[in-house]
Amino acid sequence: MAAATKRLAGPEVAERIEAAVPGAAEEVVEGWVQVRPERLVEVARFLRDDRALDARYLASLCAVDRYDWFEVVYHLASLSHNHEFVLKARAAHDDPLLPSVASVWMGADLQEREAYDLMGIRFEGHPTLKRLFLWEGFPGHPLRKDFLAMPGGFSPGLQRFPKEEPGQWGGEFRAD
Amino acid sequence: MPISTEPLVVNIGPQHPSTHGVFRMRVTLDGERITDAEMIIGYLHRSMEKLAEERTWTQNIPFTDRMDYLAAMTGNLSYCLAVEKLAGIEVPERAQYLRVIFAELQRIASHAMANGTFVNDCGAWQTPLFYMFREREKILDLFEMTCGARLTTNYMRIGGVAFDLPDEFMPGLRALLDELPDRIGEYEQLLMDNEILLMRGRDVGVLSPETAINASMSGPMLRGSGVAWDIRKADPYCVYDRMEFEIPVGHNGDCYDRFTVRMEEVRQSVRIIEQAVPQLPPGSHCADVPLNLRPPEGEVYSRIESPKGEIGFYLVSDGGPHPYRWHVRSPSLINLSALREMVVGQTVADAIVTLGSIDINVGEVDR
Repeated sequence: MAAATKRLAGPEVAERIEAAVPGAAEEVVEGWVQVRPERLVEVARFLRDDRALDARYLASLCAVDRYDWFEVVYHLASLSHNHEFVLKARAAHDDPLLPSVASVWMGADLQEREAYDLMGIRFEGHPTLKRLFLWEGFPGHPLRKDFLAMPGGFSPGLQRFPKEEPGQWGGEFRAD
Repeated sequence: MPISTEPLVVNIGPQHPSTHGVFRMRVTLDGERITDAEMIIGYLHRSMEKLAEERTWTQNIPFTDRMDYLAAMTGNLSYCLAVEKLAGIEVPERAQYLRVIFAELQRIASHAMANGTFVNDCGAWQTPLFYMFREREKILDLFEMTCGARLTTNYMRIGGVAFDLPDEFMPGLRALLDELPDRIGEYEQLLMDNEILLMRGRDVGVLSPETAINASMSGPMLRGSGVAWDIRKADPYCVYDRMEFEIPVGHNGDCYDRFTVRMEEVRQSVRIIEQAVPQLPPGSHCADVPLNLRPPEGEVYSRIESPKGEIGFYLVSDGGPHPYRWHVRSPSLINLSALREMVVGQTVADAIVTLGSIDINVGEVDR
């Protein structure tokens, strides 16, 4: 077994994706490949079945709110080649909709439900897209950045450390 | 004339000793056989991922205790490694060894709990569980003398560990390491060829290696199905690359195999600690890390092998004092992906055993 897991660079993965599914890669950077949503399932199936990339193991799937859009991040791994790489897909903020990859990886089933529940991204083609943690009828999707928006555009949290402003109220932190 | 049957819906849980917490499974039965199963979770959902976005990077460490409260050390470790990777912090060697020692002690404690309750689910009521608790208790004593807590340890820090070892630790650990191999031998004698366990665990809840990989299984679930995948070997963190140990695997992928894999992993953990203790170097136990840590803008995914499986953290930083996104890849939740696959077609009694063999921790499932 290799000493450490190899992180495949974005361009390397994109090259193989482009050869099989032309025009699928939307944006390629060092860390990840962003795939066009309409080609996502096709790409996912290719990645799983491709012998060189062999992404049979979906390590993690999660959604990130980027204010103007949502991002779904797929961490894929190959247990036989011991490498991993990152795939991303972008969904519009107004009506986030992405195709489901649950038909490709069984492990995506619960994680897509989690992303739907907490971030409100609908996954088209998911067998049972229901809330996972919260109950049906819960207002909104709490992991969104605008959930519980505060007046004046403030976001929760201090946004600073108490020690940074001298004389401010706040627990003094340990020096060491 | 065939007897007509009607499907019967039965709720298993949420309050039921076999569900290990507040986990509910709604099964549809045809006679004694399960025809459909649906899991209903969220009873212990504490919205940690949202709460974490309002706290500083260091303030989030206690959350990781309260996810998998039976393996708090590995939760701590995974999070701290992720932040260190994001912020580019070097950890002193002594801290790395201490992390390995505590993570492996935690693995023994967690597996003792997992195997004890699994045997409990099989019908060997309580006796093996309390045998297992005997060793777990000694490990928790060691935790207590080091960091003051038994379950929610909050021991790891970004850049190292919170406290160095107290003087009483090494004699206590030595005594434990000396008696553990005998104790494990005792359990194996008591349980491995136990009629109850063989009858209830063999060929129950079988998971093929292909399904296990496709369903993102990890930890003993994956290894029980015969896939020799252990992140400690495949992608070594801390000082695991200096340790010698083996990856136990099962052959049939049934509940009994998962049990034996956990049993053997305890032996391997003892082996790792035996190697780590003499190598433990002197020096600082924690790097000098500013408490007002602001990791540079970026994202990171870091994973380790917890007793339950692959626990990973996906952290996104916008350069501020709070995490922008704090996502946990929790092994307990994802190991449930194949639950329906495994229990449909079984009897209710076998479904309980199957659920017990997954070794979920509801704190980590719901977060």
